[in-house]
Amino acid sequence: MPLDWSYFRPELIHAIEQTLLMVGVGLLISLIIGIPLGIVLVVTRENGILQNKFIFSVLSVIVNIFRSIPFIILIVAIIPFTRFIIGTSIGTVAAIVPLVIFTAPYIGRLIENSLLEVDSGVIELAQAMGANPWQIIWRFLLPEALSSIILAVTIATIGLIGASAMAGAVGGGGLGDLAIVYGYQQFQTEVMIITVILLVIFVQLIQSIGNLLAKKIRRK
Amino acid sequence: MLVLKDIHKVYGKDKKRVEALKGINLEVGKGEIFGVIGFSGAGKSTLIRCVNLLERPTSGQVLINNVDMQKLPPRHLRKERKKIGMIFQQFNLLNAKTVFKNVAMPLIIDGRPKQEIEKKVNELLSFVGLSDKAKQYPEQLSGGQKQRVGIARALATDPHILLCDEATSALDPDTTQSILELLKKVRNELGITILIITHEMNVIRDICDKVAVIDGGVIVEQGSVLDVFSEPKKEITKNFVRTILNDEIPPTIKTFIKTKHQHSDSHYMYRVLFKGASANNPLLSNIAKQFPVDVNVIHGTITELQGIPFGNLIIELQGKPEDIKQALAFIKQQEVIVKEVDIHAT
Ligand SMILES: Nc1ncnc2c1ncn2[C@@H]1O[C@H](COP(=O)(O)OP(=O)(O)O)[C@@H](O)[C@H]1O
Ligand SMILES: [Mg+2]
Repeated sequence: MPLDWSYFRPELIHAIEQTLLMVGVGLLISLIIGIPLGIVLVVTRENGILQNKFIFSVLSVIVNIFRSIPFIILIVAIIPFTRFIIGTSIGTVAAIVPLVIFTAPYIGRLIENSLLEVDSGVIELAQAMGANPWQIIWRFLLPEALSSIILAVTIATIGLIGASAMAGAVGGGGLGDLAIVYGYQQFQTEVMIITVILLVIFVQLIQSIGNLLAKKIRRK
Repeated sequence: MLVLKDIHKVYGKDKKRVEALKGINLEVGKGEIFGVIGFSGAGKSTLIRCVNLLERPTSGQVLINNVDMQKLPPRHLRKERKKIGMIFQQFNLLNAKTVFKNVAMPLIIDGRPKQEIEKKVNELLSFVGLSDKAKQYPEQLSGGQKQRVGIARALATDPHILLCDEATSALDPDTTQSILELLKKVRNELGITILIITHEMNVIRDICDKVAVIDGGVIVEQGSVLDVFSEPKKEITKNFVRTILNDEIPPTIKTFIKTKHQHSDSHYMYRVLFKGASANNPLLSNIAKQFPVDVNVIHGTITELQGIPFGNLIIELQGKPEDIKQALAFIKQQEVIVKEVDIHAT
């Protein structure tokens, strides 16, 4: 069956929009949750600048729990929660909820790792200068880790693109959905190939931008 | 200025317990350059980090200008820390920031206005001789230049004391020398008190007024550099002094003397230490002129300690015992230190 482009093109564009929406909004919210999460994990740990064993342990366990649930199960498991927040558990917007719950803890861990890479001498320096904890985080830790954080976010974004394709398959729309509905269920191989190529280009683009930014910032 | 009273510091507990400091007492006067020397693991870093409370002493008092540092609430402690500069062995520069920004950091943290920061940083960069490097990043600098940035940064908030943790240990000898000169300039021109810890005796020799020797968390000896260098009491101190004042009698000379004196049990060998003005006195020729004894210089070094010549001679006196006794009495009247050397023991 030849591909009917006049019908397919708007479908494709719509799918791209949905994917961009899921990845863009999903990433934004995940960063808003994940970055503070990573920071808190670093400062509250043992010998951290705001050591707090309780907060650290609780957050760490929560992160581990979410990190260990496969995404496809997570989507189903949190349907009641998604419905509670969005009002429905189906559609592109609803898919953002599991995407965030999947990505935010991941970003938290990645940011935590990036911050831990910062030389302990930097924190010592900041303390010797009389910086308060807030200044230590904003003026010293984050700027020194920025290049590594950008690479971490790049990795998380790519993971998010993959997850969004999966979310598409269970009603979120987007490129993943397109590939399944047309390519798999209707045997339109061209559609499958086009979506795969688009996803590959998308991933490549994100990785290149991330590398470029990180390189620009890195001074070592 | 800075007083440490009976500082103890214990790390870990039970099996992992390490007592890094075991009752440190120190007093650093205003405008002094005070050196603490010791081997690796002696507790030097712990000691200097206790001064600005990067490390909290387990017990004891840290007084800076009569302020009990440990009694300060966090906000006041941060304020006091701004008056204490610190430089590090590994420089601890911020790699993502330019030299200018690195030096500006303490002022930014302190919330100073932009123009003031600009002016101050430029002054500091010119003071340390790096005006042309303001826009560069740390990766583009040599070790010595990095430490200059560290020093400029430490001076930004006009501290009254500068703490140096092995500030030259990562540098080659020439660079070390230039950084030491800069530290001297910091004291001489800005009047800033300096506490420096090191394992290198040449640092003590070249810039310190006072020295304390730390071993196993205990200060085993302290005093003016001149006194400690001329009369080290503890074995560890003697070894440190020996690393730069080579007062060992060379083995060939030793065997020569030993064979020479094989059959006599009285040999008149003395170590004479000259300090300051006495090094300029023609002491030895005076002895030879005034007493019927011969003076034979066996070994000698003259070093400069802070612009003061410091001599260390091993001489042999030949003559009748009573003449030698008189000559010795004469030497002892001078501003020198004389000690008999037992050649068989050394
Ligand atoms: N944070 C720490 N935790 C446990 N032990 C430490 C710590 N810092 C230093 N020590 C121990 O304290 C002793 C003194 O260390 P340090 O002050 O670094 O000596 P130095 O600077 O003279 O080499 C050493 O035995 C070291 O292992
Ligand atoms: Mg040390």
